[in-house]
Amino acid sequence: MSIKQISIFIENKPGRLADITAMLAKKDIDIRALSIADTTDYGILRLIVSHPEKAVEIIREEGMTVSSTGVLGVAIPDEPGGFAKAINVLADKGVDVGYAYAFITPEKGKAYIIIRVTDNDFAAEVLTAAGIQLIEQTDIFKD
Amino acid sequence: MQNSPNYFNPEIETASREYLHAIQSARLIKMVYNCYNNVPFYKKKFDEIGLLPQDIKTIDDITKLPFTVKQDLRDNYPFDLFAVPKEKVVRIHASSGTTGKQTVVGYTKGDLENWSEGCARAITAAGGTHSDYVHISYGYGLFTGGLGLHYGAEKLGATVIPVSSGNTARQVQILQDFGSNILCCTPSYALYIGETIKEMGIDPKTLPLRAAICGAEPWTENMRKEIEKSLAVKAYDIYGLSEIAGPGVGYDCCAQDGMHICEDYYYPEIVDADTLEPVPDGTFGELVFTCIGKEALPLVRYRTRDISAITHEKCACGRTLVKMQKPRGRSDDMLIIRGVNVFPSQVEHVILSLGMEPNYQIVVERIHNLDVMKINIEMSESLFSDSMRQVERTEKRICSSLQETLGVATTVHLVEPRTLPRSEGKAIRVIDNRKI
Repeated sequence: MSIKQISIFIENKPGRLADITAMLAKKDIDIRALSIADTTDYGILRLIVSHPEKAVEIIREEGMTVSSTGVLGVAIPDEPGGFAKAINVLADKGVDVGYAYAFITPEKGKAYIIIRVTDNDFAAEVLTAAGIQLIEQTDIFKD
Repeated sequence: MQNSPNYFNPEIETASREYLHAIQSARLIKMVYNCYNNVPFYKKKFDEIGLLPQDIKTIDDITKLPFTVKQDLRDNYPFDLFAVPKEKVVRIHASSGTTGKQTVVGYTKGDLENWSEGCARAITAAGGTHSDYVHISYGYGLFTGGLGLHYGAEKLGATVIPVSSGNTARQVQILQDFGSNILCCTPSYALYIGETIKEMGIDPKTLPLRAAICGAEPWTENMRKEIEKSLAVKAYDIYGLSEIAGPGVGYDCCAQDGMHICEDYYYPEIVDADTLEPVPDGTFGELVFTCIGKEALPLVRYRTRDISAITHEKCACGRTLVKMQKPRGRSDDMLIIRGVNVFPSQVEHVILSLGMEPNYQIVVERIHNLDVMKINIEMSESLFSDSMRQVERTEKRICSSLQETLGVATTVHLVEPRTLPRSEGKAIRVIDNRKI
């Protein structure tokens, strides 16, 4: 019950983001969601892409540092308080959220959110029990 | 000249070559017996080349003796090269080693006397007398800088102000309020103090300070001029290394044209760094010392890795003691950062011990006259995580392990793989932008 996210180590210098996205575009890899965490010197670029295994291979071949992590995807109603509800459910059960980021979806009236937790199975259980809809890799890339 | 106040020990400092030769020969013979009888490492080395102590009859026979290198000190860590029982050792000092292990040295009471004498000669040659305040801003502790000059100043009968390093504003306040006459510190710190004096709006000419005795790291004639200007003093070089004694192995005189070596205790040679054959006077090569006056750690033909030249002609100051030129560089890859010896292999050792690929680069800069070290390390998948907290934690762990081993502050910068410059496939490990 998780989505594959790829994370790439990038130095904060001009053009890095452009290089990587171009590299993936050239191999027909579609980027659906993206988030960057950064310090003064470097950043971690996190991507949800159409073909994670292939993307990892391509990036690794370019000599960059990349890792693949299972993260949770949830679909919430695109309305005030939608995200708060999901996140409160996790907080109530003591689930620590490392980071989260949202992106637009092809599904009208819904927003998708990527959530990074330590124990995906437990968090998924908690969310499902609270009636929150989880999404799969295939949900993100259906046309 | 015999009674000139600038000699601490005129009998030795202006002795004839013949007299020095006799002293050196007698001390070398005694030392060789001490090594052979009391240090298994040397007995083995002598036996291997079929050398007996009685083969050494004068100082000229020194070339028959085998060399000693820093690795020998590490292999015999900590005390196995000591030639005297523990009861006779009254002091231990240590400097950083290449694999986390320190280079440990020991002194008997007599060794401390002789080391102090060398420092007293250095302070006297810089114009110091028993009525001066000697301000010591070298670090105290296992590093020999602080305590070496401290004991030398005491031996001279001067008033010691043991400030140690750091807290520059306080240093300046003491210079001003106590009226320090002689400042002992690294050349980069002398410049830093000079800048602080300026920033505090103090005219250095109003201070009673007359001389700065600077050593423990390489410096140039330009730095000398800058120190002299910013502190309104004469700046004197002092040479030493803990393996031989500490500061005061060699020292500048008023001529400021090469450092006189206390050759009655530390016999110098210059050898070709590749062939290890002695080179003529005035030719640059690797500086080698034999501790002919030492009891606890009598190192035989110790290769300092410093590139220098020695000359035997009488100096304008009247001293006859052999003079060495400021070291021009090293015959190995050691860096001296704020007086601390740093080897790239130490950095590599730490990186490997943390389970990382040894792809790193050391960058040294001199910013506001202080050495600043930065270590770039290529990110590898074993270190990487999608969590920023995790990556930052890793970075901090690398940094603290490095500082712990190196004994000097450093920053760590994680960089993308395969971005550090390489030449012919081999990474360029050190970029030294200090221009020294």
